[in-house]
Amino acid sequence: MTNEEIKQSVSALFPAVTYDETGEFLNLLISSGDLRPLIEALRKNAEYDFDFLFCLTCIDWKTHLTMVYHLLSKKHKHAIVIKAKIADTINPEIETVSDLWKTAIFHEREVYDLFGVKFLNHPDLRRLLLDESWEGYPLRKNYVDENMITI
Amino acid sequence: MSLLGAPELTEEGEFVINIGPQHPSTHGVLHLKVWLDGETIKKVQPHLGYIHRSIEKMSESLSYRNFIYVTSRMDYLSAHINNQACALAVEKGLQIEAPPRAQMIRILMAELTRLSSHQLWWGCTGLDLGAVTPFFYAFREREAIMEIMEESCGARLTQNYCVPGGVMYDVHPNFQNRVKDVIKQIKSKFKEYEEILSGNVIFEQRTKGVGYISAADAVSYGCTGPTARGSGVSCDVRKWFPYDGYEKVQFKEILEHGGDCYARYMVRMAEMKQSAYIIEQLIDNIPEGDFQAKTKMVLKLPKGEFYQRVETARGELGVYIVSDGAASPYRIKYRSPNFSNLSALEHMAKGAKIGDLVAIMATIDLVIPDVDR
Repeated sequence: MTNEEIKQSVSALFPAVTYDETGEFLNLLISSGDLRPLIEALRKNAEYDFDFLFCLTCIDWKTHLTMVYHLLSKKHKHAIVIKAKIADTINPEIETVSDLWKTAIFHEREVYDLFGVKFLNHPDLRRLLLDESWEGYPLRKNYVDENMITI
Repeated sequence: MSLLGAPELTEEGEFVINIGPQHPSTHGVLHLKVWLDGETIKKVQPHLGYIHRSIEKMSESLSYRNFIYVTSRMDYLSAHINNQACALAVEKGLQIEAPPRAQMIRILMAELTRLSSHQLWWGCTGLDLGAVTPFFYAFREREAIMEIMEESCGARLTQNYCVPGGVMYDVHPNFQNRVKDVIKQIKSKFKEYEEILSGNVIFEQRTKGVGYISAADAVSYGCTGPTARGSGVSCDVRKWFPYDGYEKVQFKEILEHGGDCYARYMVRMAEMKQSAYIIEQLIDNIPEGDFQAKTKMVLKLPKGEFYQRVETARGELGVYIVSDGAASPYRIKYRSPNFSNLSALEHMAKGAKIGDLVAIMATIDLVIPDVDR
């Protein structure tokens, strides 16, 4: 499917989605609460068939967090990016996608570890790279590292 | 709390042991917690972070010229290809392209890197499975490639050769002749490699049917590179999303359909031949001209997002730059191939014997600094 076709068929199903086409990929913007039905349809509907989640990450914009999902379909060879805005930066929460793509089990643990985003219904949500006793989330912009030396 | 490393017994009668972080077969500081029933693996839990340096956080305070050098320390066996990915991502943001000579040099170096990385992997796989000789064979040829790297890049392992807009220096005058000699030498050894390990009965029995993963699971786990291609998943970035002129080069994407350790082994063995073939095609056709495009002293990327992927020796490396218009990136994500490949380890190892775990780890070709970043 071309970007235009994806846009048309997605907006028929999910009117809440907005679009951004300035970058390399077609971006689908949505709020974190509405993410799950959209992403489930993109994974399961045969016409989209996004079977490869090649990148999952988070961006801290200080006022809010954005979860970024890069999706590719091996069969149809189309790719999109989904951006879910999490407005609550104190207790950020979002539904997991680890049941749709198993690679998300590790990637979501990494985001939980470094950004503090809690993934609801995740099978094994523990810190991945840092110790359980570590305080704070290093990739957040408000994280202060007392040991950092500026030369 | 029990002492780290001391075995525990669960209520179900399963034995819990720790492999690593200083176990020789994990090739780095990987710590695996393994639940065993007799010798059968019930569950594997990787514990990461022993070499976590938060390269992503570091990159946020470095300029677009400097952050490239930190990435040599991720997958240190594909250091040049990591640098290439970052240079390409910055070039995408600046909307410039490296001159044809620079692109060709980059591909040649990338394929030499892939060859040397696969050779090291081949030697270590043999060593892990009880064959000592391959290690010496592999290092004999690998050394010659390292010398070429040293001559042109000034370093053997962390080359730091790519810069935004091209490569740092032109290649050494000896480059072409030495590469030709090395490729000739390596090509004559492929048969030797196959005779000593591929056709070995013990080796075949330890790898055939071990660590199976289906094509659908490999995609779901985000496996890329030879790990996925061993299950028949087409995922070679050089074919899917060509960069630096790979679209003009002739080579085959190697696919095996076994899905087991032996299939992954065969993919890498055939890939070495393909890399040698690519180098042979290009080495006499390096175009004349500049080796670097003209760029400003301080690079500033426009506001926006840039995603660049390349095929390292282990799979798809993605560099995702989010720029707010400043001289250093606002956020960088490295989608490392090993991180996703490792997540499939439990799936492959479940139900296998403890001795097979070593074979599975060897054929995923783990480099731990790339997992932890």
